[in-house]
Amino acid sequence: MLFEALNIEIFAGDIVQVEGPNGAGKTSLLRILSGLSQPYDGKVYFQDNSINQHREAFHQDLLYLGHLPGVKDEMTAQENLEFNLALHGLNSDTAEQTLAEVNLLGFEDALAAHLSAGQHRRISLARLWQSQAKVWILDEPFTAIDKLGVEKLTQLFLQHTDNGGCVILTTHQDLSLPAERVKKITLAYRFY
Amino acid sequence: MTQLSYRAAFGLIVKRDLMIAFRHRDDIINPLLFFVIVVTLFPLGIGPESTTLARIAPGIIWVAALLATLLSLDRLFKSDHADGSLEQMLLSPQPIFILVLAKIVAHWLLTGLPLILIAPLLAVLLHLNEHSYGALMLTLLLGTPVLSLLGAIGVALTVGIKKGGVLLSLLVLPLYIPVLIFATSAIDTAAMNLPYNGQLAIIAAIFFASLTLAPFAVSAALKVSTN
Amino acid sequence: MMWKWLHPYANPEISYHFAGKILPWCARLAFVFLAIGLTWALLFAPADYQQGDTFRIFYLHVPAAMLSMGIYLGMAIAALSSLVWQLRLADATAAAMAPIGATFTFIALITGAAWGKPMWGTWWIWDARLTSELILLFLYLGVIALHNAFEDKNLAGKAAGILALVGVINLPIIKYSVEWWNTLHQGATVSKLGQPSMTADMFWPFVVCFIGFAFFVTALICLRFRSEILNRNSMRPWVRELVATEEKVHAV
Repeated sequence: MLFEALNIEIFAGDIVQVEGPNGAGKTSLLRILSGLSQPYDGKVYFQDNSINQHREAFHQDLLYLGHLPGVKDEMTAQENLEFNLALHGLNSDTAEQTLAEVNLLGFEDALAAHLSAGQHRRISLARLWQSQAKVWILDEPFTAIDKLGVEKLTQLFLQHTDNGGCVILTTHQDLSLPAERVKKITLAYRFY
Repeated sequence: MTQLSYRAAFGLIVKRDLMIAFRHRDDIINPLLFFVIVVTLFPLGIGPESTTLARIAPGIIWVAALLATLLSLDRLFKSDHADGSLEQMLLSPQPIFILVLAKIVAHWLLTGLPLILIAPLLAVLLHLNEHSYGALMLTLLLGTPVLSLLGAIGVALTVGIKKGGVLLSLLVLPLYIPVLIFATSAIDTAAMNLPYNGQLAIIAAIFFASLTLAPFAVSAALKVSTN
Repeated sequence: MMWKWLHPYANPEISYHFAGKILPWCARLAFVFLAIGLTWALLFAPADYQQGDTFRIFYLHVPAAMLSMGIYLGMAIAALSSLVWQLRLADATAAAMAPIGATFTFIALITGAAWGKPMWGTWWIWDARLTSELILLFLYLGVIALHNAFEDKNLAGKAAGILALVGVINLPIIKYSVEWWNTLHQGATVSKLGQPSMTADMFWPFVVCFIGFAFFVTALICLRFRSEILNRNSMRPWVRELVATEEKVHAV
């Protein structure tokens, strides 16, 4: 039991940062919001519909990136991205250009097995540039990303929320965003 | 954003799984080698007398096929679970039923089908009755998909558990018993030159039942395992 | 309508105390029925004209075999209600039932073998009923092993529940296939481990024994159900209070 009586409403245009010490349940909260985990009690609603009952409609509008990048070692960077895009119903023809956005130009045909953890991360993040989902749930998106990359991602978040999307994320870094743009949820660690 | 047609989503997953397997060929070949070696052990353990071998050949081939399938089941969800692709599939807007079915079909193409192709060769080694070859092939054709379908339930349940391998066999093997019984009996009946339609019909019924029900059980199990 | 009535029992604390209330009654009834039934069956019921007194193990074997199937069915129903209607406590019920069912399956196997020894001269033959019981034991052991493999008992309950449901769909197919296999391979010399032709003075003690065993099983399920609830809610305030009061009582 990590949290009780948590009641959050997230609106279009929000950037929500979930904070708290390790073990406070940040990842658990994000997984519950995405529908991966079932809460012990309580419900998650998206546009007034319970996400359990309207799974496919919710997933149309959801982009979740967890700790694991979901990149297959046996496929090249481009194949990985193309698969990810196609699986989520996105056009995969421009995968090559999208890889350029995450600084992977020249690595399109490299097997993911030969790429570093940071590069895996970037392959999975590349989907953000193509995504038309309204809700982005990102668990530590800046892990293994350099300063320039973080800056680029932050700009993308702003652009996304300006277009009526919302971003829910956890990060150990300070977001270089104006304070009024970021809502914070702080989870405290409690011993029972 | 458009939703993929069911057929496109199905094809996407099958194509991906086949591509991964072909770049990792050991995963296809090793269960087959296992199948061949297990079958070879029996004449060595029992003796080369051809009437004895012919009598037990259907059982040996089928039990070895069960075990080889069991060995290959890990591939179905394990690595996808480990690298996070499984999460992404479950969170995609495609119906989980289609995704699961596609993965099972890919698994069968990579294990069941090669087993069927290699089985006649092993049947020769075991002096299988000449009337039985048709029955052997037909039972394998209808039976191996059932092994993949039921096995998928077991893997889906154990994929989140660290040492799930032995547990998997405990869960799955009892479920394989009806297929084993009817398949070997069909082959035995064929050896006596009698019609074996009855047994085939039952295996076909089991196949269709598991085809419609197993993907639901697998989806439910995957949701628990990725929780 | 029904849900309103069921609602209070979805609360672990209330269910815990409810199970605690019916437990002693089931235990008492089990004791009474078993005392009467077993005395009647073992001492007063007539011996079978063919099998003599050996047949009396039937009063233990058949109730155990019937209950072993019944408990599996009950477990699957509990699992279904947990999956479909999200009745969380149904998980705990299913988890409570599995080891009891496995034990009764084991009893059915042992008594079957003991009955077989004087009849067939060997402890084990591949009789259809015994073989089905053996496979049922495997199914039970699978459910228990899967339940043990998960750290999180809520997930364990769900996973084991799915397996139990898959098992219950397979059970008739397995039973049918085994019976079919058995008639196919059965030599003419082996007689089935069938019920002896029962007369009324054999039937009634059997019924009393069966009811006794059924109450015994219910009592055991209540007992294990309570400990499952405690296990899953050990961090809840009401459990801590319960432990505190228990400790006080024992300290005095």
